[in-house]
Amino acid sequence: MAENVYILGITMTKFGKHPDKDTVDLGAEAALGALRDGGVTMHDMGILAAGNLMNASSGFGQQLQKQIGQTGIPVYNVANACATGATALRTVIMAVKSGEVDMGLAVGVEKLAGAGLLGGGGRAKSDAKVWEPSGRFGAVTPTDGRIGTDAMPGTFAQVGMEYGHKYGEVSFETFAKISEKNHAHSTLNPLAAYSKRFTLEEIMNDMMIAYPNTRPMCSANCDGAAAAVVVSESKLRTLSLEQQRRAIKVSASVLTTDPYEEACQILPNVNTLTRNAAKIAYEQAGVGPDDLDLVELHDCFATAELVHYDNLMLCPEGGAVDFFESGAPWRDGSTPVNVSGGLQSKGHPISATGIANIWEICHHLRGEAGDRQIEGAKVGLAHVIGLGSACGVHILEKSAV
Amino acid sequence: MTDTAASAQVPLVNYLVLGDRPHLVANQCTNCGARFFDRRNACASCSGTSFEKVDIATEGEVRSFTIVTLAAPGVPVPFVAAVIDCGGTSVRANIINTPPDPDHVKLGMRVRLATYSLGTDDQGTEAIGFGFEPA
Repeated sequence: MAENVYILGITMTKFGKHPDKDTVDLGAEAALGALRDGGVTMHDMGILAAGNLMNASSGFGQQLQKQIGQTGIPVYNVANACATGATALRTVIMAVKSGEVDMGLAVGVEKLAGAGLLGGGGRAKSDAKVWEPSGRFGAVTPTDGRIGTDAMPGTFAQVGMEYGHKYGEVSFETFAKISEKNHAHSTLNPLAAYSKRFTLEEIMNDMMIAYPNTRPMCSANCDGAAAAVVVSESKLRTLSLEQQRRAIKVSASVLTTDPYEEACQILPNVNTLTRNAAKIAYEQAGVGPDDLDLVELHDCFATAELVHYDNLMLCPEGGAVDFFESGAPWRDGSTPVNVSGGLQSKGHPISATGIANIWEICHHLRGEAGDRQIEGAKVGLAHVIGLGSACGVHILEKSAV
Repeated sequence: MTDTAASAQVPLVNYLVLGDRPHLVANQCTNCGARFFDRRNACASCSGTSFEKVDIATEGEVRSFTIVTLAAPGVPVPFVAAVIDCGGTSVRANIINTPPDPDHVKLGMRVRLATYSLGTDDQGTEAIGFGFEPA
């Protein structure tokens, strides 16, 4: 019988610029914060899963142990694109669920302030002197910009435009309004990298990056870390009433990759793996989209948020624009989405994102979200997509104690 | 050497076939029909290991696009990146020979394959690229 699992402690650092802290400092701040939040120490942990994409081969988990506690426990250094944080958390959840350990720590951290455009490799200053085929496509020169785009803004722009082609054209203004919502939400989040409200006109008239995504419609590169302590139900019952009261039940923990479909190697299909993950998660948790009091979904670009309303089944198939226009995903709507401000304003320190969105949900379920509290929140869903692709979906529930 | 250097051409990628009627070719899985433009170890759909070359239709429909105005250093902007549905096979390509703006590039637009020169290297070989232009 698999164990039920809970989040015992969880924290995120302020997202933004941390020039005085290196990757290990930021990770340590989050890890120690999560342990403190859960009322436990490194000596209680049976496993550590650590995510850091920019230095994925550096043994970040072991570097972290050397700053906060070398207890000899197994470390899993994980890298799974933008789903790295969720993958670290899921690794610990699997270990606890299996009964191998009764407590574990997941950490995700990234230093990305000023990183600029991600995904596009760019070209050497001038083309090669001799055209010589190389690589899997036998290309004689880099193809980014000649055969489509490798960079993220244009990739996700096409994801949104494709939705429009399939279900009826989506206007530039509609995509911009999604960004307007998230920036408005961010004004209530003191940990967001940017918490400035923009008017629709400001968003639409800002610098175009990849039509229809302007600069404020793109996720913000920044520094940040998040960490969570996972505990088994049987261990939790031996802890204090206060720890039990604040613990958040992990009702579903799912990780998927993209199954083969026509075109999926032409433009990454971020839809099917999200829909698959959501279906499994709703089944595991025994809840439906209507039961969700809030959702944190992967709005790496405004064009991405739209398609995930549909993929997470927050609306009927093809109904994402109507869902948005109804006001449902605003914080006072029927299914508040990205009340943290989302990746567009809270920021997107890649490996931290998949734990920070869980922290946001837990914060509301514990009733500790202050000015941006969604009153009476009992069930929430957190979603991330890593291109390539990997999708993490977690459903969390307020403790019954 | 009797050949003139100027006659030597090389395609941008090996799935572009030059000549009188330039077109793209794919590796088609002989078991399930899935099509791929790169060399294959096995089929992503059925894991089959047998493939045959198939010609891809040179006309199609724009299924998605973006107009890239900020790109990595060295990549000229603006350009239109798109997904073209060529008779049921999706192709990644730029839309060319039309202004890169939403008034001229539309979802569902009919387009056809077109080639262009990428320049000549030090050995006199000309590289030929491809895109899709309004049909």
